[in-house]
Amino acid sequence: MNKTVNHKAWFLVLPVLVLVAFSAVIPLMTVVNYSVQDTFGNNQFFWAGLEWFEEMLHDDRMWNALQRQLMFSGIILAIEVPLGIFVALNMPKSGLWASFCLVLMSLPLLIPWNVVGTIWQVFGRVDIGLLGHTLEALGIDYNYTQNTVAAWITIVVMDVWHWTSLVALLAYAGLKSIPDAYYQAAKIDQASRWKVFRYIELPKMAGVLMIAILLRFMDSFMIYTEPFVVTGGGPGNATTLLSIDLVKMALGQFDLGPAAAFSIMYFLVILLISWVFYTIMTNLDKKGM
Amino acid sequence: MDWMAWTWPTAAFFATIAALLVVFTVLAIRFPETPRMGVLRIETTRGDRLFITLLGSAFINLAWLGLVGQAQPAALIVCLIYAGAVFRWV
Repeated sequence: MNKTVNHKAWFLVLPVLVLVAFSAVIPLMTVVNYSVQDTFGNNQFFWAGLEWFEEMLHDDRMWNALQRQLMFSGIILAIEVPLGIFVALNMPKSGLWASFCLVLMSLPLLIPWNVVGTIWQVFGRVDIGLLGHTLEALGIDYNYTQNTVAAWITIVVMDVWHWTSLVALLAYAGLKSIPDAYYQAAKIDQASRWKVFRYIELPKMAGVLMIAILLRFMDSFMIYTEPFVVTGGGPGNATTLLSIDLVKMALGQFDLGPAAAFSIMYFLVILLISWVFYTIMTNLDKKGM
Repeated sequence: MDWMAWTWPTAAFFATIAALLVVFTVLAIRFPETPRMGVLRIETTRGDRLFITLLGSAFINLAWLGLVGQAQPAALIVCLIYAGAVFRWV
């Protein structure tokens, strides 16, 4: 039987293509154009070639920000993924409590980034914040505006508070999709709780966990608002992550050329990591996980 | 278009990428292919291999710029060799 070939569907994706062109492709092209030129404003540009790329590649500032960024993403993933799985495993599977837990878990996800930053900025203050004041009363030296370790702990805990729910909800959805027959078979085989987790729950959750890791990695790798509101990148440059540094360079110093070169390299790293995750995810899909 | 600050080299760069995309789309329509398994142990089509080539070439150029300096024609030769390897073995 001959299949009817119909290309009308292409018109349905046209609005998306136009939207993506205006929101992503054209701005990206402009950034590439800026990255090879110098400007002092007034829409006047001077050819600089690859100078900004070379300068940025030899600049410790970008490498240090990248190091801090990778450390931040690594730490929050190492905490949020196991914690999210642990929470999901302990959530009730049905009944009123399950609905209550789901709503409770969703709450932090509904709070805008700048509000989360403000909450933690006030919460951690030694003079008026509950956390800062309590820690000081206990004799613990905690001041996120002056102490690097305290600043890092604050932004990491803030991120964990804000986003562990996402991992937990995704893991919960993965757990709910496991048919009871698997657990019954495990019970007949007298499998231990660890073995049920290792050989049934974890493999069945692999797909959604990859999505969770991808989402959390991408989001943490691009994080700006929350740490900016809490620490402003300080003390010194201790919590100046990639996007904070980029904004400082582009808008604070108006170094559009170097900032454009910086953002293209930043974009390439994100593109590479996204592709790796995407490839792993599609391979898991093909294996039926 | 003034605000986009176009230059001839960047226009040529984007035109090359656009031309590559058009050529590979036409190839995919005219000569459909089944994905194959390469050295990376992942299934790839021609389009995937083009993506891997372009992304890898960007990193090769950056590495060249950082380690050797502004001698991009040499980096482009490395990219061509890399592209050949990707299309042959990946």
